[in-house]
Amino acid sequence: MTVPVIDIRGLGKVYAAGTEAEVAALKGVELRVMPGEFVAIMGASGSGKSTLMNVLGCLDADYTGEYRCDGVDVRRLDKEQLAKLRLDKIGFVFQSFNLLSRMDALHNVMMPLAYAGIAPEARRPMAEAALTAVGLASRMGHRPGELSGGQQQRIAIARALVNKPPMILADEPTGALDSKTGAEILALFEQLKRQGHTIVLITHDEHVAAHADRVCLMRDGVLTESEARHVA
Amino acid sequence: MWRDTFGIAVSSLRGNWLRSALTSLGVIIGIAAVIVMVSVGQGTQNEIEKMVSGLGANRLDINSGASRAGGVRFGGGSRMSLTQSDADAIRQQIPEVAYINASLRGGGQAVFAENNWATSWQGVEADYFAINDWQVASGSGFEDADFKSGNKVALIGETVRRELFGESEAIGESIRIGKTPLQVIGVLESKGQGGFGQDQDDIVLVPLETARRRMAGNIPIPGGVQSITLGVARAEDLPYVQEQVEVLLRQLHKIPPGGEDDFSVRNIAEIIATRTETTRIMSLLLGAVAAISLIVGGIGIMNIMLVSVTERIREIGLRMAVGAGPKQIQRQFLTEAMLISVGGGLIGIALGVGFSLLTEKIGALPVALNWKVISLAAVCSMATGLFFGIYPARKASQLDPIEALRHQG
Repeated sequence: MTVPVIDIRGLGKVYAAGTEAEVAALKGVELRVMPGEFVAIMGASGSGKSTLMNVLGCLDADYTGEYRCDGVDVRRLDKEQLAKLRLDKIGFVFQSFNLLSRMDALHNVMMPLAYAGIAPEARRPMAEAALTAVGLASRMGHRPGELSGGQQQRIAIARALVNKPPMILADEPTGALDSKTGAEILALFEQLKRQGHTIVLITHDEHVAAHADRVCLMRDGVLTESEARHVA
Repeated sequence: MWRDTFGIAVSSLRGNWLRSALTSLGVIIGIAAVIVMVSVGQGTQNEIEKMVSGLGANRLDINSGASRAGGVRFGGGSRMSLTQSDADAIRQQIPEVAYINASLRGGGQAVFAENNWATSWQGVEADYFAINDWQVASGSGFEDADFKSGNKVALIGETVRRELFGESEAIGESIRIGKTPLQVIGVLESKGQGGFGQDQDDIVLVPLETARRRMAGNIPIPGGVQSITLGVARAEDLPYVQEQVEVLLRQLHKIPPGGEDDFSVRNIAEIIATRTETTRIMSLLLGAVAAISLIVGGIGIMNIMLVSVTERIREIGLRMAVGAGPKQIQRQFLTEAMLISVGGGLIGIALGVGFSLLTEKIGALPVALNWKVISLAAVCSMATGLFFGIYPARKASQLDPIEALRHQG
């Protein structure tokens, strides 16, 4: 039996519990993502979308209910254990790329491999392969400042891919890009999906969400499977 | 893993190299001060040991001329007031005195064949060798007859031998000092550098009588000598003997009560005490400079590391998101802090060693440099980085990755 990459049951999260400012950000969220799926989680700001993404990304282990990330129970893990889990399971792609400006593309992509304990001489070929996979084989020696937004996001995606994590978690990956470049990035995600990568994309934009196989809608802390289904 | 941590630290410090360099300035100064402090302290300690072993702590030096400023005044003897009979009186009336030697000294050009060398000569008595614990290395020493009849014989120091004779045999040759021909009968064993940095081997010894008759020129008082040195058998007698000598000499020189002495008595223990005190104060001062610099430097490092943590919040958030644990983040920032302090420490060591060598070269203070001093300095610089780097590093490691990633700026 295949283990779901994301297996969430009855997930709840309450901020400032017991005070007047108490907010229930997540209310009984259910979500299952199987390997190879491309799922979009859509929601307006304030819908609990960011809270869900923090839990999905193993950045926040303080919730109620159950979350198994690639079979591992995340709840109550300490910071070191969460870091190890993120290292093994998740590749992050951010809206603002989050590249280190003093390093070139290759070294940005190699960065997670150091934490993964990969031998220095093995890192370069892995990073080169990842950069080639996102179509940046010719830009490896460039620093982020010398590249366009789309190219920078490709570096970030290569960085997310390099350690071959079971899941890529992309938070508004096209939010800082113009629509044409954004479309190219989304096409890249679709291509990665076809190659077997599991992708969870978080966005407020339904056009972006439409690229996924499956769209889940977040509203007032409740997640519902959307009827709208895009067929690629 | 360490290689990566180190690599990241180097690259991030290089990105702000001027800031890093300025930050390490405090450590540079502090460590340089540590090196100078310890090497001077050690050097003085060695010097004192050499003085004690070379000169013996059981001796008194009596010089012509008044003593001022607490009894420590070098270069006395400009106005001759001591005589041979003072020495004889001390020998006879103070039984605790084991050895006594009256000296005349001067400078002159020593000439042998075509070589000549500016040196100093000293006319000495038989006890000179016992008081100074000095032996003849080759040839023979003075005999009674040499002292009595003022024979024109000389013992030369190793430096004089080297300068005048080089490789050839010195003993039996005749040298000239000024107009006085002297036969070299022996070479003194090498004593090396003295406690005050002077070359003790740059000397020609002659019998006192010879010096008086032929070399000292016009002696203003009959039987006059420049200095009298005496040795006691037991060190504990020294204060008593010193007192007795002063009383006796005032009596012999007919100095009225309250009148100023026309001689000065120096006790090697006093000189050592003065030197020790000087060095102690110097060390204390340098120690304070070192401590303050290291603390200020350390605070500087802490400050810059806190700035660096704030500047790099997003980077920290990113590193945490891709899988760096709190321990790795802490290690990262601690490594950077230590790199600044150890880098500063290395420069400080170089500067400190340079200063110490300079101090030695200009002869201001004796220094002793060794690996102990340098490793102490290295440990100090590492400790500074560790102590002041731990707080910023902990602060970085305790950041919440969610907050850190969201941080603007």
